[in-house]
Amino acid sequence: MIVNKAEVIIGRVVLVVVLVLTLIPLVNMLSAALQPADTNPTGLTFPTDPQWINFVTAFETGNVWRLMGSSLFIVIFVVPISLLLATLAGYALGNLRMRGGRFVFLFLILGLTIPFEALIIPLYYQMQGLGVLNTQWAVILPLIGLYMPFSVVWMRAHFIGVPPELSEAARVDGATTLQEFRRIQLPLARPALSALAILLFLWTWNQFLLPVVLISDPLDRTVAGALTFFQGQYSSSIPLLNAGALIIIVPTIVVFVIFQRQFIRALLQGAVKG
Amino acid sequence: MIYPLFAGIQYSFYRWNGVGPSEWVGLANYIRVFTDETLLGSIRNAFVLIAFFTIIPVAAGLVLATLIRSMRPGPFSSLSQTILFLPQIIPLAAAGIAWSWMYAQTGAINQLLNAIGLGFLARPWLGDFQTALPAVGLIGSWVLTGLCTVLFLTGIGKIDQSLYEAVRLDGASWWREFVTITIPGLRQEIAVLVTITIIAALSSFDLIYTTTLGGPGRATLVPGISIFRIGFTQSNVGLASAFGIVLMALVLACVLPIQRLARASDK
Repeated sequence: MIVNKAEVIIGRVVLVVVLVLTLIPLVNMLSAALQPADTNPTGLTFPTDPQWINFVTAFETGNVWRLMGSSLFIVIFVVPISLLLATLAGYALGNLRMRGGRFVFLFLILGLTIPFEALIIPLYYQMQGLGVLNTQWAVILPLIGLYMPFSVVWMRAHFIGVPPELSEAARVDGATTLQEFRRIQLPLARPALSALAILLFLWTWNQFLLPVVLISDPLDRTVAGALTFFQGQYSSSIPLLNAGALIIIVPTIVVFVIFQRQFIRALLQGAVKG
Repeated sequence: MIYPLFAGIQYSFYRWNGVGPSEWVGLANYIRVFTDETLLGSIRNAFVLIAFFTIIPVAAGLVLATLIRSMRPGPFSSLSQTILFLPQIIPLAAAGIAWSWMYAQTGAINQLLNAIGLGFLARPWLGDFQTALPAVGLIGSWVLTGLCTVLFLTGIGKIDQSLYEAVRLDGASWWREFVTITIPGLRQEIAVLVTITIIAALSSFDLIYTTTLGGPGRATLVPGISIFRIGFTQSNVGLASAFGIVLMALVLACVLPIQRLARASDK
């Protein structure tokens, strides 16, 4: 596309500059995290004597095991239940084409645009009414509900793409709707389901607003929600704060690098449909 | 999902502190949303953030996608995609912490300014009334540029290559190629990204909460933080709910015309 040589070089330089700008804040965190814990570091200076022990300290004083456990507990409920509900609803909307489906679909599309912030006040009192405020359930239940518009629209898009001949063939062979769903549709839906699972995992893990508002004890929150607790805990030590934040970032980066391909594809499809 | 929406609408017509009896106040809460300087200020701030969350990432994404596309596919181009995408997957709250440290008095940005002789510009960026909002906005640009780039890249892949060959035979410059083929070809992607990023700008909470909490003063107050403060710190549930409904209406008011424009230009 770019024809002459000067343009190629300028293009490369611009790209490299942007890449460096993208990485600097993360590298800067690492460099600060490796400074001696009781000092006040300045800017981006690489430590002469890296203090890897800071990560251990931050891990212990930050109760990271307990936080990760709490996050996993939330993820373990949110992701499978959302997947199950979304698959059933998506199948109903996309394949069975039941009556009123169009209306439900429009409603879900509308739901996609609602910011969580707009619903947080009523959610708080709803959770209080259910008596689950300040427990992990106060995050699990609303998240399942809030993820529904996206998840159902996602699964519907998949089921609409399945050729109707497949269902017809199964019907001719005498399969019931349930059999057809389990034997034919579910195996075909596996890629769509796994992409959705990755997305929901990451969104839950990174969820901040709901845990901060609905769970008062930071140790029962998601790890991202607990970052405010780190800010209070380590306000006197920039190295430890950065070490703690990095510990929380690392799992998301690991998941991303492992599933990168499915992941980017998933996000892109999600974006286009959304 | 539906219940909180209706409960929110219901709360918004009452004055209620969350525990005591509630009182029907009609539209008073809504009137206050549109007359209270603080609340209007937070809406204005949200619109300023759109410049940083939407315009910069979409423009930068277009340019970067064109650049990456022009290179031979190889390890460098896929590595740049991975790196650009990183800010998108880490928790926003953590991004806030990383950047508060960049912007701090002793942070990397002031260090750089001092090093190149612009030390007089150095300041605590997030604590300064003039710079706090743009500083927070730039974090949003940092987070969203990767998403825009990667989505535009796939979009460019779908554009018919013969179009590019045709303009090149006509001796078109890089810029002409960009304006006449790339941008029209990416209409759909641009509409989607503008929608997503506007929603992100109007509902920013995580970033502001971990960087400035709305301060200094009200310099970076946005609707998400206002709702949180009014509803839970000041216990004015009705007003906070009304503000939530207004926020939702604002998002729809911004997003629906864009969707309509995108559909119209497809026909």
